[in-house]
Amino acid sequence: MKKAEKITFKIDEKTCYAWPGQSIVDAARDNGIYIPSLCHVEGLKPAGSCRICNVTVNGRNMTACTAPVGEGMVVENDTPELNELRKTIVEVLFVSGNHFCPSCEKSGNCELQAVAYRYQMMVPQFPYEFPVKGVDARPDLILHDRNRCIMCKRCVRGIEKDGKAVFSFEGRGGEHLQISMDIDLASQLSEEEAFEAMEICPVGAILKKERGFAIPIGERKFDKAPIGSEIENSVEQD
Amino acid sequence: MSKKITIEPVTRVEGHGKVTIHLDDKNNVDYTRLHIVEFRGFERFIQGRPYWEAPVLVQRLCGICPVSHHLAAAKALDVLVGAGTGDGLTATGEKMRRLMHYGQMFQSHSLHFFHLASPDLLFGIDADPAIRNVIGVALEHKELAVQGVMMRKFGQEIIRATAGKKIHGTGAIPGGINKHLSQKEKTSFIKGADPLNIDKMVEWSQEALAFFKDYYTKNQSFIDDFAAFPSSHMSLVRKDGALDLYHGVLRAVDADGKKILDDVDYQDYEEYIEEEVRSWTYMKFPYLKHLGKEKGWYRVGPLARMNTCDFIPTPLAQTELEEFRALTNGKPNQHCLHYHYARLIETLHSAEVMRDLLHDPDLMKGDLTVTGTKVNKGVGVIEAPRGTLFHHYEINDHDQITRANLIVSTTNNNEPMNKSVNQVAHSWMDGQPEITEPMMNAVEVAIRAYDPCLSCATHALGQMPLEISLYDANENLLDTKRT
Repeated sequence: MKKAEKITFKIDEKTCYAWPGQSIVDAARDNGIYIPSLCHVEGLKPAGSCRICNVTVNGRNMTACTAPVGEGMVVENDTPELNELRKTIVEVLFVSGNHFCPSCEKSGNCELQAVAYRYQMMVPQFPYEFPVKGVDARPDLILHDRNRCIMCKRCVRGIEKDGKAVFSFEGRGGEHLQISMDIDLASQLSEEEAFEAMEICPVGAILKKERGFAIPIGERKFDKAPIGSEIENSVEQD
Repeated sequence: MSKKITIEPVTRVEGHGKVTIHLDDKNNVDYTRLHIVEFRGFERFIQGRPYWEAPVLVQRLCGICPVSHHLAAAKALDVLVGAGTGDGLTATGEKMRRLMHYGQMFQSHSLHFFHLASPDLLFGIDADPAIRNVIGVALEHKELAVQGVMMRKFGQEIIRATAGKKIHGTGAIPGGINKHLSQKEKTSFIKGADPLNIDKMVEWSQEALAFFKDYYTKNQSFIDDFAAFPSSHMSLVRKDGALDLYHGVLRAVDADGKKILDDVDYQDYEEYIEEEVRSWTYMKFPYLKHLGKEKGWYRVGPLARMNTCDFIPTPLAQTELEEFRALTNGKPNQHCLHYHYARLIETLHSAEVMRDLLHDPDLMKGDLTVTGTKVNKGVGVIEAPRGTLFHHYEINDHDQITRANLIVSTTNNNEPMNKSVNQVAHSWMDGQPEITEPMMNAVEVAIRAYDPCLSCATHALGQMPLEISLYDANENLLDTKRT
């Protein structure tokens, strides 16, 4: 496709290019700009559930993972107001679950923790909820800790066995809402599929059993560089 | 009129507790109690968690020697995953863990001697509390204070290189370790600029021992007589009887040195050890079952280890052990303040072990883990800086912990610490018209000798000072010390 067919738009004064229909968050990534996202994974249908990718377009906030780029669009991303909003969302997510990083094996590979570091969350300003939603460890290869779930729906959209979703919402309505795991399907996951399930979860809610702390401190995903730096350090596209 | 004294908090120990001393109408000590008042919980809230989380989660009950809990839990999980009962790891796995452990022993003992115990020795029990502390040591004995800080730093760096972090690392995993030692790390420990190299650490360990022995020569009767009483002693020893702080069999000797627990497998510890609960403290009282509650209590820690082992497998420390044993003609040493002496011999031993290990090529290559057939129960025991530490886990078929039992070093020393408090209270306070601060500090000195970790002992979360209270016969509070 020729360059002329791309859409031209701006993020924080920088001229960027996008394919028609591309979401703001994906286009930003292609232009070397990091917009934080917890619920969005390339290749999955956008959900807009975590709200952390909020950007301002023409004076209105919208989720960058669900909003497509428009010709001439002016996007505000890295502003003090938006970054404060993002930090607040991270704080809400932290107090809504039992995110005890010191003993969590996802620590260092956890996107929620990494975003909290990036936006310099110190002490949450909201009271902890300390939910008691239970741990389901029945499948041979994976463990589901609902107390760490941030309801991003990445597992609902991305983990399948024989074309069927392994995870789904249950108990819709207020505090009863939680992610349910189909034990029969989860028990059929292969080693590789179980590992992929753990990888798709941005936090430590879905774990590949007995992997634990096999990766030493210093070699984990976010030990060497903050989340988003791989995008910001990538070669800028023309 | 009879009285009750409360010392709260007891200072320069790890943890929160208090001492109560009850005086009768003639100002003689009626009875004493060391109360540990911290909330207990780790054994309960780890239930339901996946077993591989235990070494990282449970170590959080302490910030001084978390490596002990990290390794004791990992050793228990080795059994669970079928990696043998202490002898089934790869050479790399075992030696990296040993290096981690001896690094921790080195830093913890250094912390205790230089930061917590030395103010009493340098300034005296009756010195002004305003200078009888680590700041006072730094001001008056700068060289000694710097040595303490740098020795601790070296030990912490060893822990960082083996566990990933100086405090609360993740190195030990079920069946082994998660990293090798790098060439860069090895070189820095062996050839690092003074003082942060292993040769200097051995030298400073010898100097610390020389310092204590000089003090002992000048104050022998005080050191020997302070809270001395006969007791049994227990620790792990290597199968050939050598001092081994990482792994071995359980041995206990009585006050005459006769074996009362003869090198038994700690997987069966429940057959030999039971814990008694008393209503006035959260800390339990362990005892050897076959001797009963009255006679079955014992001491653990550096002094006990000097009494249970046959020899120390490093030459400098062995020479010191021989000199140490000559003081009591080869019989078990029962002098409370000799805990400091024994601790410094172990500091030297730890430095020697680290020096040997750092030259071992197995640290830098080879398989890290082994696995086998999983079982549902595992026990891990280690000699922590403060004594024998038991971790016992059971799991269900879904890999979740269903039961955890921890018998922590300080818990093992509960009865002897209470006896030490009682003895010091009698000898310093009986019949005295006024209870002074130095008398109260003497009680703390006795407790401090054991280097107790009260937060570990009750598996607590939160703050941890210690206090002493004085009550009359009608249970009216007369005085409290909370320094």
